[in-house]
Amino acid sequence: MTATPHRPHDGVFDVAVIGGGIVGAAIARDLSGYDLAVALLEARDDVGDGTSKANTAILHTGFDAKPGTLESELVARGCRLLGAYAEATGIPVERTGAILVAWTGEELEALPGLKEKAEANGYERCRIVGPDEVYRDLPDLGEGALGGLTVPDEAIICTWTTNLALATDAQQRGATLLLRHAVTGIDERDEATTLHTAAGDVRARWVVNAAGLGADHVDRLFGHDRFTVTPRRGELFVFDKLARPLANKIILPVPSSRGKGVLIAPTVYGNVMLGPTAEDLTDRTATATSEEGFDFLLAKGARLMPRLLAEEVTAGYAGLRAAIDHPDYLIETEPQQRYVLVGGIRSTGLTAGMAIAEHVRGLLADAGLAMRARETLPEPPRMPNIGEASPRPYQDAGLIARDPAYGTLTCFCERVTEGEIRDACHAAVPARNLDGLRRRTRAMNGRCQGFYCGAAVAALYERHHTHDGCHHHSGDDR
Amino acid sequence: MTHQPPLTTPDVLVIGAGPAGLTAAADLAPGQAGTVLVVDREPAAGGVPRHSDHTGYGLRDLRRVLSGPAYARRLVDRAAAAGAEIRTRTTVTGWSGADTVEVTSPEGRYRIRARAIVLATGARERPRTARRIPGDRPEGVLTTGQLQNLVHLHHRPVGRRAVIVGGELVSWSAALTLREAGCTPALMISEHPKAESYAAFNAAGRTALRVPVATRTRVTRIIGKNRCEAVEIEHLDTGRRRTVACDTVVFTGDWIPDHELARAAGLTLDPGTLGPLTDTALRTSSPGVYAAGNLLHPVDTADIAALDGRHVAEQVRRHLSGEREPAEGVPLIADAPFRWIAPQILRPGDPAPPHGRLLLWTDTFVRFPRITVRQDSGTVTTRRLPWPAAPGRAFRIPSAVLNGVSPTGGPVHIGVQ
Ligand SMILES: Cc1cc2nc3c(=O)[nH]c(=O)nc-3n(C[C@H](O)[C@H](O)[C@H](O)COP(=O)(O)OP(=O)(O)OC[C@H]3O[C@@H](n4cnc5c(N)ncnc54)[C@H](O)[C@@H]3O)c2cc1C
Ligand SMILES: Cc1cc2nc3c(=O)[nH]c(=O)nc-3n(C[C@H](O)[C@H](O)[C@H](O)COP(=O)(O)OP(=O)(O)OC[C@H]3O[C@@H](n4cnc5c(N)ncnc54)[C@H](O)[C@@H]3O)c2cc1C
Repeated sequence: MTATPHRPHDGVFDVAVIGGGIVGAAIARDLSGYDLAVALLEARDDVGDGTSKANTAILHTGFDAKPGTLESELVARGCRLLGAYAEATGIPVERTGAILVAWTGEELEALPGLKEKAEANGYERCRIVGPDEVYRDLPDLGEGALGGLTVPDEAIICTWTTNLALATDAQQRGATLLLRHAVTGIDERDEATTLHTAAGDVRARWVVNAAGLGADHVDRLFGHDRFTVTPRRGELFVFDKLARPLANKIILPVPSSRGKGVLIAPTVYGNVMLGPTAEDLTDRTATATSEEGFDFLLAKGARLMPRLLAEEVTAGYAGLRAAIDHPDYLIETEPQQRYVLVGGIRSTGLTAGMAIAEHVRGLLADAGLAMRARETLPEPPRMPNIGEASPRPYQDAGLIARDPAYGTLTCFCERVTEGEIRDACHAAVPARNLDGLRRRTRAMNGRCQGFYCGAAVAALYERHHTHDGCHHHSGDDR
Repeated sequence: MTHQPPLTTPDVLVIGAGPAGLTAAADLAPGQAGTVLVVDREPAAGGVPRHSDHTGYGLRDLRRVLSGPAYARRLVDRAAAAGAEIRTRTTVTGWSGADTVEVTSPEGRYRIRARAIVLATGARERPRTARRIPGDRPEGVLTTGQLQNLVHLHHRPVGRRAVIVGGELVSWSAALTLREAGCTPALMISEHPKAESYAAFNAAGRTALRVPVATRTRVTRIIGKNRCEAVEIEHLDTGRRRTVACDTVVFTGDWIPDHELARAAGLTLDPGTLGPLTDTALRTSSPGVYAAGNLLHPVDTADIAALDGRHVAEQVRRHLSGEREPAEGVPLIADAPFRWIAPQILRPGDPAPPHGRLLLWTDTFVRFPRITVRQDSGTVTTRRLPWPAAPGRAFRIPSAVLNGVSPTGGPVHIGVQ
C-alpha cells in the first residue's frame, strides 16, 4: 500500500479519530486545541468523501428537533458554533431563512405545535403566516399553499468547505491526517489500542469512532453489539443557476414521521436543489440515484414549484444517512476500553459537528483523558471562497492584477479560474483526484458537466497535483 | 459602491468567436470606421470546430470542405485580416447595462460598452445529468464536446468500449473520434424508430464505421462505481431491459443553446429553441442586441452558423447607420411534429432570413414532407420538398413559403403533411 506524506505514526497517539467526515474532522480539530497527539484516520483518499459530501447543506437552527434530546441540544449549539466558524474561515454561508409551508388542513393545524416545539428547543423566532405572506416571499411556489411557519435563521452552507476547513485546521494544529487508512481490525492492550489498516498499524491510547455509515462495524471490532446502521438514501436534484431567483429561501415541508421530507432550497453556489428522498437500504455503498427516486422528486416538485421543473437539471446525486434504531444520537464512552462511540449522526451532523466535538471532548475528559488547552494555536485557515454571496476570484480585479491566473477562467459555467485549481492542488489538504478538485473549486460541477472544461480541468490537474503517494482515482478501501 | 471597472468602447462587440461570431466580425470590420471587438472565453478562437477534427466544414460559406480545425483557423485569419480585434481567454460574465457587459480575462476585469452587440455563444449538448438519467456517477461519462476536447486538444486517452447515446449527426462525429482514440463504439442507441431517421449521411456513416444501432431504445441507468462498467437500456416498445458493458458512454446531441447571457439580459426567449426570440433580421428583444449561430438554432452545421454571421453583419451596419424602429410583425409558429422554428418573427420590410431558409427541428421522420403555411384559418401555401425531415438535424425550408403571408395578420403556423 502507498505511503502517506504525513508524520510517521509508529509512535502512540493520544487519540485516534476514525472517520474524516464532518464529525470526525471536527473532533480531531477540537482535540488538537489541547496538548494531545491526534490522528485522523480516513478510509478513502480524501476527507469528506462519505455522507458529508452529499447532503442538503442546511445549517439548521434545530427548531424542529425533538426537545430534550442530545441531538436537539447539539444541533442548536452546533448552529452557532459553525456559524461563527464559517465567518472566521470563509466557509460560504447564506442566511436565507426558511418557510415551512402547509399544503393541507392537517398540516396547517400542525403549525402551532411546531412553533411551540421550536420554543421548547429555545428557538423563539418562528412566526405563523398566512398564504399571502408565503406567496409574497415565494411568488413562484405552486398553487394551494394554506399558510406557513417562518424560520428566519435557517441558513445554507457549503458542506465541502466545512469539512475541508475542519480537517485543514486539525492538521495545522498538529493532528496527523491518515488517508487511505481503513480500520479493519483492532487490538486492545493496556497501554494502547492498535488499529489495523491496510496502510499499516496505528496505535493510540484513546479511540473515537466517528465512522459514519461504518460506525457499527467499528463498534463491533471493539466487541460491542449495540446498533446497526441502516443506510437511508436521500436523492436530490440540483437545478441550473438560472433557477435561483425562483427560490431565495429554504422551502420546508411539514415534517412527518418519515423524516424531514422533500424541500426546495437554494445552494450557496447559486443553484436550487430539490430533495431529498428517504429510503432505507441495506447496501452502504448504494449512492446511485434511481428511477423511482427521480420520479418521486419530479412529482413532488410539480406540486411544490411547477416552474422549477422547466429549468435544466445540473446534477442528481444521492447521499446515505446513517440511520439507527435509536431515537437520538448514540454517543457513548467506554472508559475501560478508552473508547468513544459517536454513532447515528443521521441528518443533522453537518450542523451539529462542532458541538458534537465539544461534547466528545467533555466525555473524554470525564473518562480520564488528561488534557490542557494549548496556549497558542494557529489561526483558523482562511478557505477559498466558492460561494456566490461574496466576491469570487474571477470578480476580484486586485487579485487578478497580482496574479493573472485568477483572471483565466477554466470552468466557464462555474467560473472557476486556473489560479483556484492550482491552489486546490497545492492546498494544505490537497485535491487527490478530480472529485476532490470539484469539492474544492466547483470545477466541472456546472451545467455543461465538462463539455467545455472537462479536458482542460483534467490537464491542469495533471500539471499541478502533488504526487504525494495517494492514488488519483477515488477509492474506497472498506 | 466600489469603483467601476475600466471601460472599453468598440462600435461592435461580438461575444463568441465561433463560426457565427467570426464571420460577422470579418464582414463588419472592413466597412466599420470604429472597431469590432470579438471576445471568447476559450484560449483560442474558432469555437467548436477547433476541437472537431474531421472533415465536413465550410461547404456553404467558404464553398469548400475542410477539417474543423482548418476551418476554424481560416475564419480566425479572415476576421483578423479584416481588422477585427479578437481577445481570447476573455469571458463575458454579466451585464452592467443594456449595452454594457462585464468581462474577466488575465489582463483584468473590465467592462465593454458597444453600440451594437452580437451574441454568438453557440450551443452545447445536454449532459447525462440534464437528461435526468439515474444510476452511479462513475468516470467515463462524456458529451461529444468533452470527448473531442479530450482527444483532439488534449490528446488524452478515453476508454476501450463505448456506448453512444443519440442518433444525430454529431453522434457519428463522436463515433469517428472514438475510433481515432482507439475506443470501440460498441453500440449507438436512438429513441427513433427506424434507421432511416438518420437519413443518407448516416447510412454511409454506418457502413464506414460499422456501429450497431439500437433503435427505439433509451438509457435507463448508468452502472459502475469508479469507472463506468455498463449502461442499462430499455426498448421503448417492449419495455425489455438489458445491460450493455462499456467503460465509456457518450451523450450526444440533445442541444441547448448557451443562453446564460441572453437570459441574464432579460431577452425574450423562444420556448422552442430556448435561444433568444429573433426576427429575420436577427434582432433580439433588446435594441442593438443581435444574435447569430447555434444560440438561435440548436443545432445546425457550422457553415449555417457562419451564414448567420454574414447576415447579421448587414443588419448591424443598418443599425449603426441609424435604422428606424422595426415594424410590428407576425409570429412564426412551428406545429408538431416540429419542435421549433428559427427565426420566429416576420416583420414587413425586413430581409429574408439568413441563407433564405427557415430552420426547423422535427421529432418524427417525414420522408416526403409537404410543408403547409397557415394564417388566420386559411392556408397560405403548401410546398413539397425533395428532402426528408429527419430527427437529429435541422430541417431547412425556403423562406419563400412565407411570401403570401400578411404582415398584419395573425400568427403564421408552419406544419407538415
Ligand atoms: C440526503 C442528506 C441530507 C442531509 N442534509 C443535512 C442538512 O441539511 N444539514 C445537516 O446538518 N446535515 C444534513 N445531513 C446529515 C449530514 O450530512 C451527516 O450527519 C454528516 O455528514 C455526518 O458526518 P459524519 O462525519 O458522521 O459521517 P461521514 O461524512 O460519512 O464520515 C464518516 C467517514 O468515516 C469513514 N470511515 C468509515 N468506516 C471507516 C473505517 N473503518 N476506517 C476509517 N474510516 C472509515 C468514511 O469513509 C467517511 O469518510 C444530510 C444527510 C443526507 C444523506
Ligand atoms: C462534436 C461536434 C461535431 C460537429 N461536427 C460538425 C461538422 O462536421 N460539420 C459542421 O458543419 N458542423 C459541425 N458541428 C456543428 C458546428 O460546430 C456548429 O454549428 C458551429 O460551431 C456553431 O457555431 P457558433 O458560432 O454558433 O458557435 P460555437 O462554435 O459554439 O462558438 C461559440 C463560442 O462562444 C464562446 N462563448 C460562449 N459564451 C461566452 C461568454 N460568456 N464569453 C465569451 N465567449 C463565450 C465559446 O467559447 C465558443 O467559442 C459539430 C458540432 C459538435 C459539437
